[in-house]
Amino acid sequence: MEKMSRVTTALGGSAISGRTMFCHLDAPANAISVCRDATQVVVAGRNIFKIYGLEEEQFVEKLNLRVGRKPSLNFSCADVMWHQMEENLLATAATNGAVVTWNLGKPSRNKQDQLFTEHKRTVNKVCFHPTEVYMLLSGSQDGYMKCFDLRKKESVSTFSGQSESVRDVQFSMKDYFTFAASFENGNVQLWDIRRPDRYERMFTAHTGPVFCCDWHPDDRGWLATGGRDKMVKVWDMTTNRAKEIYCVQTIASVARVKWRPERKWHLATCSMMVDHNIYVWDVRRPFIPFATFEEHKDVTTGIVWRHQHDPYFLLSGSKDSTLYQHMFKDASRPVDRANPEGLCFGLFGDLAFAAKESLISGDSNRKPYLGGDRRYPIFFFKKPDLTEQFAHVSSALSVFESSLESKRMDWFVKTALLYLLGGKPFAELCDHNAKVAKELNRPQVSTTWTMLRLMFSDPANLSTPGPNNISKLGNLPLMNSFSMKEMGTESRLDRSKGESRQDNIHLEPGNSLINSNNDENEETEGSEGQAEYMFGDAELDDDDLYSMEHEIQAVEEQEYTLPQEAFPLRHEIMDNPSVPEHLQQDKADSPHASGNEAEVMCLTPIESLSLIAISQPLFSPHLPSRFFCPVVREMLSHYAEQGDVQMAVSVLIVLGDRIRKEIDDLTQEHWYMSYIDLLQRFELWNVSNEVIKLSTCSAITCLNQTSTTLHVNCSNCKRPMSNRGWICDRCHQCASVCAVCHHVVKGLFVWCQGCSHGGHLEHVMNWLKSNSHCPAGCGHLCEYT
Amino acid sequence: MDIQDQDATARWEALGSRDPRSRGTAMEHISQEVMQRVESIGPIPATVPSPVATAGHPTSDLNDILARLLMLSKRCPFDDVRERCVWLLQNVQDFGVRIPRPLGNGPSRFIPEKEILQVSKVDPRTQSIFEDAFAALGRLDNISLVMGFHPQYLESFLRTQHYLLQMDGPLSLHYRHYIGIMAAARHQCSYLVNLHVNDFLQVGGDSKWLNGLDGAPQKLQALGELNKILAHRPWLLTKAHIEHLLKAEEHSWSLAELIHAVVLLTHYHSLASFTFGCGITPEIHSDGGHTFRPPSLSQYCVCDIANGNGHGHLEERRGNHQVSEVSGEVEVLMERMKQLQECRDEEEASQEEMATRFEREKTESMLVATAEDEECVPSRDVSRHFEDPSYGYKDFSRRGEHVPTFRVQDYSWEDHGYSLVNRLYPDVGQLLDEKFQMAYNLTYNTMAMHKDVDTTMLRRAIWNYIHCMFGIRYDDYDYGEINQLLDRSFKVYIKTMVCSPEKTTKRMYESFWRQFQHSEKVHVNLLLMEARMQAELLYALRAITRYMT
Repeated sequence: MEKMSRVTTALGGSAISGRTMFCHLDAPANAISVCRDATQVVVAGRNIFKIYGLEEEQFVEKLNLRVGRKPSLNFSCADVMWHQMEENLLATAATNGAVVTWNLGKPSRNKQDQLFTEHKRTVNKVCFHPTEVYMLLSGSQDGYMKCFDLRKKESVSTFSGQSESVRDVQFSMKDYFTFAASFENGNVQLWDIRRPDRYERMFTAHTGPVFCCDWHPDDRGWLATGGRDKMVKVWDMTTNRAKEIYCVQTIASVARVKWRPERKWHLATCSMMVDHNIYVWDVRRPFIPFATFEEHKDVTTGIVWRHQHDPYFLLSGSKDSTLYQHMFKDASRPVDRANPEGLCFGLFGDLAFAAKESLISGDSNRKPYLGGDRRYPIFFFKKPDLTEQFAHVSSALSVFESSLESKRMDWFVKTALLYLLGGKPFAELCDHNAKVAKELNRPQVSTTWTMLRLMFSDPANLSTPGPNNISKLGNLPLMNSFSMKEMGTESRLDRSKGESRQDNIHLEPGNSLINSNNDENEETEGSEGQAEYMFGDAELDDDDLYSMEHEIQAVEEQEYTLPQEAFPLRHEIMDNPSVPEHLQQDKADSPHASGNEAEVMCLTPIESLSLIAISQPLFSPHLPSRFFCPVVREMLSHYAEQGDVQMAVSVLIVLGDRIRKEIDDLTQEHWYMSYIDLLQRFELWNVSNEVIKLSTCSAITCLNQTSTTLHVNCSNCKRPMSNRGWICDRCHQCASVCAVCHHVVKGLFVWCQGCSHGGHLEHVMNWLKSNSHCPAGCGHLCEYT
Repeated sequence: MDIQDQDATARWEALGSRDPRSRGTAMEHISQEVMQRVESIGPIPATVPSPVATAGHPTSDLNDILARLLMLSKRCPFDDVRERCVWLLQNVQDFGVRIPRPLGNGPSRFIPEKEILQVSKVDPRTQSIFEDAFAALGRLDNISLVMGFHPQYLESFLRTQHYLLQMDGPLSLHYRHYIGIMAAARHQCSYLVNLHVNDFLQVGGDSKWLNGLDGAPQKLQALGELNKILAHRPWLLTKAHIEHLLKAEEHSWSLAELIHAVVLLTHYHSLASFTFGCGITPEIHSDGGHTFRPPSLSQYCVCDIANGNGHGHLEERRGNHQVSEVSGEVEVLMERMKQLQECRDEEEASQEEMATRFEREKTESMLVATAEDEECVPSRDVSRHFEDPSYGYKDFSRRGEHVPTFRVQDYSWEDHGYSLVNRLYPDVGQLLDEKFQMAYNLTYNTMAMHKDVDTTMLRRAIWNYIHCMFGIRYDDYDYGEINQLLDRSFKVYIKTMVCSPEKTTKRMYESFWRQFQHSEKVHVNLLLMEARMQAELLYALRAITRYMT
């Protein structure tokens, strides 16, 4: 026959040439096999059984073996193999359990030679003996492997895998009598072809089915297996117990594995589900594929190296009905795209950074590769081809220690703790926060607060610095250039702040005046009575703050703010049971947040009124807040983008309704989430809780309601309390009894982690004032932090 | 009140503890409370015409507790609790308060109660499985009791179900129960619906959802279509359906959620089959499981509650009668199996023959009439949980358009389905895999009174016949075997149970395999259930795979 005349030899290796190419098949392929001289490939599937010739530029269909009017199930192939000694001989495994051999030398159209129907279930695999012409092995779902002598009508021996389905059988390349079989239950068995009664050895290779195995073409003891557990393992079979020497973790179950010719460490895999790529791995570097072929659009079902001594051509068939020839030089190399730089933060803010040595040393030239690398054994030395190895990247690792003060996020923590977000009049909040920022050496932020106060609290206050400010506002988005220039104005602003406060105090008796003015102010919402009450309240706060300014600030303030946070927290817990219903409503505001809101809203106009009384004639009250909103919005976005989401959220909360409608809910929610996340990373639970509480996004406020479950063990029997309530359902004692008063604790429960006794917070505190031992009398020296 | 409730629940749950002492104290608490209530009510005058009219708050509350005690007296795996409950109920009765008695005979309508394992007499292994189940759920449901025939399987089943409903998963707890309700309602299985309505409310589900699918979030509503197709005609599932679910703006499902939902749906569809197939009766403590009416003369007396006797004598006698009539049945079946085994090697059926055999079996399966008479009475209006009630099983092969046969060799559970499930919902693939294997390989090598029989063939025939009804074909199976091994009445039963389980009747259950034991019939039911689940899963997973590629 014509096609047989074109015989190429393995010697020289230059006989094969070609390019990456593909052809469409009519139907999905299940398996492919190539003839010994690498000129033809057979594709088999449920509805296809064809031979293609491999030409320089294309695949050419040579023969369709699927003949006959009524295609029988014998043509529905699960596997196919071309004999490596006899060019005319093929064998297929049919899904109905038949093993069929084909003789291409037959003159008739139907090339079917022999039909063995001894298997009861689907035959998963057929395998010719590598050197013996007439020996064929099959493995089937029914748990049997059968060895056929093609000169006889039936099998010569049957090997029982003990009723587990056989997924793959492979003759050893080197040991004449040995073959390996892999099973659905995760085992691999080694058999001697002469002894059908018992396997030579067996070991468990994978959890779940082992879909494939492949003997190393050169190294006699190596067997690669691939399984549903997504692993490829290489076993050394020369020792007494099979030893796992390499393991590659892939991303999907491994359907086929094939050692790469002439490359000791390389093997190709494809997967059965989900992943369509073919990977070539260097088993010594199991974390990244050496090369990848990404052409297929559906799972790859068959892979085969085109020639048993040529590592550059890979053929593959796929469910997407294509047959590909991949050139190794066209493969994509994941390692090239991988980022050889690594970056990691240490526990204390240290930064470790690994990068290519060349980058770090500033030497842009790659170091020349030294040919005598001892890790690459002899077969490389014939053709030291650089593209055949992993790109060698030697990296340098540098560790940057953060200096104790400067790089830390101290400012963040302090700011978070010290900022006041609610509970006071707007202007004071701004002042306070501005001061905090200033003390932490953040003038720009400080100035922003001051300006916010000016913009929103009171139009009249702009009388003197007004024009000045407006011109600055144009620059706001460019904050970088802003800070230096602002230093000067700031003191001035501060001074004016002081003045306004004095005004405020002076005006204290003038309540009636304020009330009458209330009506004029468009922002007023509270009733008059309420306003009076609030006013008194605010004055007190104001006094506090004011007096404090005269004392040493940093330390004092810390003490001041901490209890402030603790109180609402405890309050919140008691409130909670009734809250969830509220949340469902559209109003979305938790009662707390809205309470604060109301407070702020009532107060601002009042405070500002005192100033309005002075300078009202100068400006119409309509102008300010609306006018500034776009600018403030831009500013907030700017801060958020700069990474200072703290500022954005704080301002958002403090400004409340003044700005909220200007910014879309999603952005707000995003900011809140980021800030809360940050706070929680710094373990600032109280602050984060306050922020959640004060936020107005329904998505945020409901955070407080989620995962509020606390799992508790019974203090008595030490078993988990499986249900709500105070009684342990196992030992039937009240689980959380106060050790001091012996009543059930239904609120804050504090306990010693050493002896797990405890009780009401205040009881235990009182007890510990006079005692150091456990109130339960267990003798433990209790420690509370 | 709230706290009281909580205490009460905690106490009931404590009964599941393995520690006898804590069970004892819990029981003590309960009996105190019950006696207290009983005393406060005083004896109910016997002249009260109907108990429903007087069912004020305290009485109905008490009745609930009594019903629960009754359930425990029968179903609790711990004898101490059972004894105490019986004792307590008797005490209550002595006070002149009417106590409930169970309706029906044991967990199944089809199987006489004494055939089913008594919770009091089981081997240690089953005992520990029951105890685990009891501790986890606070009840031992009738399904578990019936499955107790096959403890190995039961263990795997309960582990899977527990994981699906309680453990880590992409869906929230009340979603899971709601999906269970949706799936069970599709087959009008009021037993499962009731069970999960309770669970649904217990995990904090919104009772508005229970008014019908319209009340549920849109996301769940979208699942209705999938539920419908999957339950009745899974072969119609395409990737378009999947896409529709995954790309629905804010109501869209994630892939992991979808897998979880699909597994739940198929689990409950097939469990509904089992429930009907074994005639599972309502739980004793739920509606329809007990009555406060005094027994009429024709029925057995109250003291039987203590002894656990039902009335099954009549049927039993009838059953014996039938046995003598058809005693040859099993032998014939065994003979056929042997013949098939032997002649397989000799006679070679041609390929065309094999193909036509599958087609013939497929066509014949649809000629098997399903419903003979309709006697099912849905006690609760379950139809509101699904839409389009007219949508039912249509025969795979009869419809006009041609749907290509599903070839198992191209998409099998072991190779493809497992990988997909395990990828998106870790560990569940493994659990399901174990469960399928357990069901498929379960055998005691017995057939009726014969021992040491290889039943592989029979089991495979049943499994493949079910898949055949769903249009799933095994290339390596000779569908002629089915005709040899499964007789007509058995086919009727299988078909009914798998395709429209709500139409299963006691007569069907009794008319197939008359000489086989009940445990073997339950075994068949397990096979049917798992085969059906796998068939549905295969179609659903294939559609998802197609969507992904």
